[in-house]
Amino acid sequence: MEKYVCQVCGYVYDPAVGDPDNGVNPGTSFADLPADWVCPVCGADKDSFSPE
Amino acid sequence: MRTVVEIKKGVHWVGAVDWHVRDFHGYSVDKGSTYNSYLVMDDKVTLFDAVKKPFKSDMLHNIYKVIDPGKIDYLVVNHVEPDHSGSIPEIIEAIKPEKVFCSSRGKKALLDHYHRDDWPYEIVESGQEISIGKRTITFLETRMLHWPDSMFSYIKEESLLISSDAFGQHWATSERFNDQVDSSELMAHAVKYYANILLPYSGLVQKLIAEVKKMNIKIDMIAPDHGLIWREDPLQIVEAYDKWSKQGCKRKALIIYDTMWHSTEMMAKAIADGLIESGISVKLMNLACDHRSDVITEMIDSKAVILGSPTLNNGMLPRMADMLCYMKGLRPINKFGAAFGSYGWSGEAVKQLAKSLEEMKMKLFGAGINLQFVPNHEGLKKCVDLGREIAAAIKDSVPV
Repeated sequence: MEKYVCQVCGYVYDPAVGDPDNGVNPGTSFADLPADWVCPVCGADKDSFSPE
Repeated sequence: MRTVVEIKKGVHWVGAVDWHVRDFHGYSVDKGSTYNSYLVMDDKVTLFDAVKKPFKSDMLHNIYKVIDPGKIDYLVVNHVEPDHSGSIPEIIEAIKPEKVFCSSRGKKALLDHYHRDDWPYEIVESGQEISIGKRTITFLETRMLHWPDSMFSYIKEESLLISSDAFGQHWATSERFNDQVDSSELMAHAVKYYANILLPYSGLVQKLIAEVKKMNIKIDMIAPDHGLIWREDPLQIVEAYDKWSKQGCKRKALIIYDTMWHSTEMMAKAIADGLIESGISVKLMNLACDHRSDVITEMIDSKAVILGSPTLNNGMLPRMADMLCYMKGLRPINKFGAAFGSYGWSGEAVKQLAKSLEEMKMKLFGAGINLQFVPNHEGLKKCVDLGREIAAAIKDSVPV
């Protein structure tokens, strides 16, 4: 599964790791993240991410 | 510098002036800086932000002139970078605040810096209001402007915006207000600050300005955490941020180069000739003389960025590599790019420069001009022609 980079702060969403602090289990693809999920570092929305 | 200034009735500047700082993690601050903090006298005495660690005594001294620090109730931390929070452990020790207000990311950053989970954190969200007596503080999160924790504090009864790092300038002065200093020098420091700190977040600056306009709040003073306070026509700096964050350009070209034996410099001047004779404003910046942070400041309104380096040991000169590393991080947009340089026998530098410009999504003019050893008339003619070609493209894309 593809990693996605936040264009605002540089955080990389890695599906293998997920975002457990915000209830996203490892193995969740970027596409499957909820629409209201935001970058855990800077709060940017999903639209601010691009494939790595 | 230990002079308290009452910036509004009951609101005091209690920060510190750093006359001698010259380097701010790679940004040259030729005239020092200030770390501003503000003390608001109300039922709940509230302190906004602190200063860099070595200046904590200056700040405490200033506070003592107004009130016994132990009587301060609230501390607001708008931004956790150590130039504003380095003294916080000692300040908290002295004031023993009832509450420390910060954003959720602010709490995390404070914990990650000072490792104190016993401080009385109170997380606030964007739009949240708290009353401190006669006054109300509204918090506005400004994430990534320029750290995840950043926020503004607005006091509506005073029409006062405490804007953290936004709208600041690195300039050490004994004056505290914009109307007390030379306005062109002030704007020069403000644009340098924008170019070196906020440029990569220009999209967010645009969103924030729109959001603040929508809130329709009255602002008659903007108090940043560095430099002068905007008292006279405070919205001029918001308008300037609006302009800088749009990254619109002038009919201007920036030629940035380094040179070993003046061959690349000859080429730089020839390119400049082609541009100047076509009516384009040109700045030549030699990295041996000009600091990277001044180059970035000149770049903000330049349409073309033209890079020159000779080849040394199969690569570019190290000062140019430094410049490119810095420039890439600051993410300028909407530029034309071109590369040139002299070489002895291998000539890799120009290709590397062109590749970097391409990575920064600049529109490239050819593969670049690579001339062996000392340029002859014909070689220099190519440089002049490149200048003319870029000039024509600038005129096509930038209205007069």
